[in-house]
Amino acid sequence: MALQPTHDLHKRRFGRNLGVALLLAGFVALVFALTVVKVQRGDPMQGYDHTVRPELAPAADTAPETAPEGTPQ
Amino acid sequence: MSDIGSYERSATGPGDGSFGDYVQLLKPRVMSLVVFTALVGLMVAPVRLHPVEAFCAILFIALGAGASGALNMWWDADIDRVMRRTQSRPVPAGRIEPGEALGLGLALSGISVAMLALATNILAGALLAFTIFFYVVIYTMWLKRWTPQNIVIGGAAGAFPPMIGWVAATGSVSLEAVLMFALIFMWTPPHFWALALFINSDYDKAKVPMLTVTHGKASTRKHILVYTLLLIPVPLWAAMTPIGGPLTLTVAVVLNAVFLFGAFRIRRRDEETATADGYRVEKKFFGFSILYLFLHFGAFLAETALRPYGLGGW
Repeated sequence: MALQPTHDLHKRRFGRNLGVALLLAGFVALVFALTVVKVQRGDPMQGYDHTVRPELAPAADTAPETAPEGTPQ
Repeated sequence: MSDIGSYERSATGPGDGSFGDYVQLLKPRVMSLVVFTALVGLMVAPVRLHPVEAFCAILFIALGAGASGALNMWWDADIDRVMRRTQSRPVPAGRIEPGEALGLGLALSGISVAMLALATNILAGALLAFTIFFYVVIYTMWLKRWTPQNIVIGGAAGAFPPMIGWVAATGSVSLEAVLMFALIFMWTPPHFWALALFINSDYDKAKVPMLTVTHGKASTRKHILVYTLLLIPVPLWAAMTPIGGPLTLTVAVVLNAVFLFGAFRIRRRDEETATADGYRVEKKFFGFSILYLFLHFGAFLAETALRPYGLGGW
């Protein structure tokens, strides 16, 4: 018996598969976009241990008025 | 090739639903209300989310609502088969197997809760999980077939989306979120009982203990009026909070006056009069109740949109 690709069943299946494929592609794109946003807006941290590192934050505008004790003058 | 032969015999057999059937399983019309109210909850919150995060929040709240719909259709297939309004749904019509509806509902529940928590915060994800649990287990499996107060308590499930939207943005529950929840919660009974007044025979056939079936229509009319009176302070209070303003207060006063007038008219009518004019007043009240909710939430949104121009809010 020959396959009938134009059978209603095949059309329905194709539509269903196409729908699932597009949804999955959309989901991947969405997770990627969300990841980019989260990384851009995240706390300053380094990739290897995901620990917050205050030293990565932009430097303060003004330097301390007095040098810390023990600093060579 | 033998399976092709069987398909030839039964081209619309079970488990061969189209993509549209699966979409129908998620109750897209209910989803649209969820999307709208959740969007309002998210937009009126004092914290701005990044557009991608906001889009994800709304999408996954809607997906959670869709998952609840699929699980509801799986459990209620026997009721849906009896009621004229629901006979053509994919599961009772045999286009989708009940197991498929269950699988889809569970999978989408997991995805939506996890993704909402990741996209926004844990509390929003937890609230969405509770909403799905409440709608499926508390309402669908327990209250719906057990008590005529099913709509009253079950209405909480439909009331959560604006609160989840708010929590997604702010990370906490506040008075405004509770009032938006209360608005939908208190609105649900008069809205559904008005519908039940003119489609009573279906609930009767399905043996769902709707108030019209257990206590009669006269009692239902009284209940509609009482719950409308209890509803009225909620939008007026919400209009006085930071999400409200003069516009919201005006809209609330007008809408509640009309709604109360409709509830009084329903209360005064008897079955003879209602049957004679084809439940004209009840149908009008039901239609207006949808507009009532839409305009209240629209007013909250308008206040936020007008605020940058110095017009919205108090």
